[in-house]
Amino acid sequence: MVTVAQLVVSFIASSAFTILFNAPKRSLLQCGLAGMLSWVIYLLLQPRFGPVLASLCATAIVGLISLIFARFYKMPVIIFSVAGIIPLVPGGLAYDAMRKFVENDYNAAVQLAAEAFLISGAIAMGLILSEVLNQVFRTGR
Amino acid sequence: MQLTPGISESSHKADVETATDLCLLAGKIMLQSGAETYRVEDTMTRIATSLGMPLSHSYVTPTGIIFQADSGASSKLIRIAERTTDLQKVTAVNSISRKLTGGAIQAAEAKQELLRIDAAAHAFPVWVLIAAASIASACFTIMFQGGWRDFLPSLISGGLGYSAVIYFQRLVRVKFFAELFAAFLVGLISTLLVRAGIGVALDKIIIGSVMPLVPGLLITNAVRDLMAGHLVSGLSRGAEAFLTAFAIGTGIAALYLFF
Repeated sequence: MVTVAQLVVSFIASSAFTILFNAPKRSLLQCGLAGMLSWVIYLLLQPRFGPVLASLCATAIVGLISLIFARFYKMPVIIFSVAGIIPLVPGGLAYDAMRKFVENDYNAAVQLAAEAFLISGAIAMGLILSEVLNQVFRTGR
Repeated sequence: MQLTPGISESSHKADVETATDLCLLAGKIMLQSGAETYRVEDTMTRIATSLGMPLSHSYVTPTGIIFQADSGASSKLIRIAERTTDLQKVTAVNSISRKLTGGAIQAAEAKQELLRIDAAAHAFPVWVLIAAASIASACFTIMFQGGWRDFLPSLISGGLGYSAVIYFQRLVRVKFFAELFAAFLVGLISTLLVRAGIGVALDKIIIGSVMPLVPGLLITNAVRDLMAGHLVSGLSRGAEAFLTAFAIGTGIAALYLFF
């Protein structure tokens, strides 16, 4: 469900996180934009394809956008791609899994941990996919 | 007749020394600022090539860098004890390496700049960081389908949790315990706020508030390193992420012993 509230909070959350990561001040707006975009794509795809595939698609698209931002604003890609994946990283899941572990609910814990691992794998795959696509486009031209 | 090669050899040796020091300094700053392993190696190789050492080798792990500028030169080692995420420094080192390869600055200038970057503090004052962490926490609570009534409690507990991790880290110097105490504090404050009638969904508030602490980025970077073939770095980053997640989980779980 995409609402205006979700757009606004994902934008603010990503920008606030990039302050924690000490990103250059003039990149805060673009970072928020990248985070908002990835969250919107994720929310749109997640009901149909599940969280793993939705994360993959969202990061791949945000990775491409980060590459464009990086070339346009002459800053390293990592700034924008980190901001873009902030809403997607499975921090909540990792926390949930750990909580189940210490509560001795191992079945649920392993399930959650596996999901967190798969989602972070999908995010990493998406980022690499965008880099590969970029290289293919560049050498293909 | 015999003097000339001797002089040029010693000056070449000095060149190699400066190049090695420069590369190691750049690599150290980048690794401490949370750059990916391949980016650190790439930057070091680029700087070395621009200084006339195209055959350099570097071996980067999250806890140390080994660098050899030339096949005949001696290799040097740098130990990395602490790692944070500081994208400003990554950007700055990146632009210096670009200027160096473009020929815009010389090695001596680059070294001055790198030393300045290394000594630079966080660009934002602590209160801005804490404010950012609490706002991010509150927004994450909403993103995880929490209600607007949970906005204020996670704003409070998220900000306090982040301040606690900064404070405890100065106090005990062991990241694991700093994170454990901070997570415990987050759980305690959230529970008290919900008991007091401010806030409804305890789970959403806690998850939102621990988001500035959880190692989401670390997990993703670990998988990225693994896929890029940096197996040692990937596994050790994964271990670091697991420890942090474990600390947070334990901190919250300790709370359930009391309530």
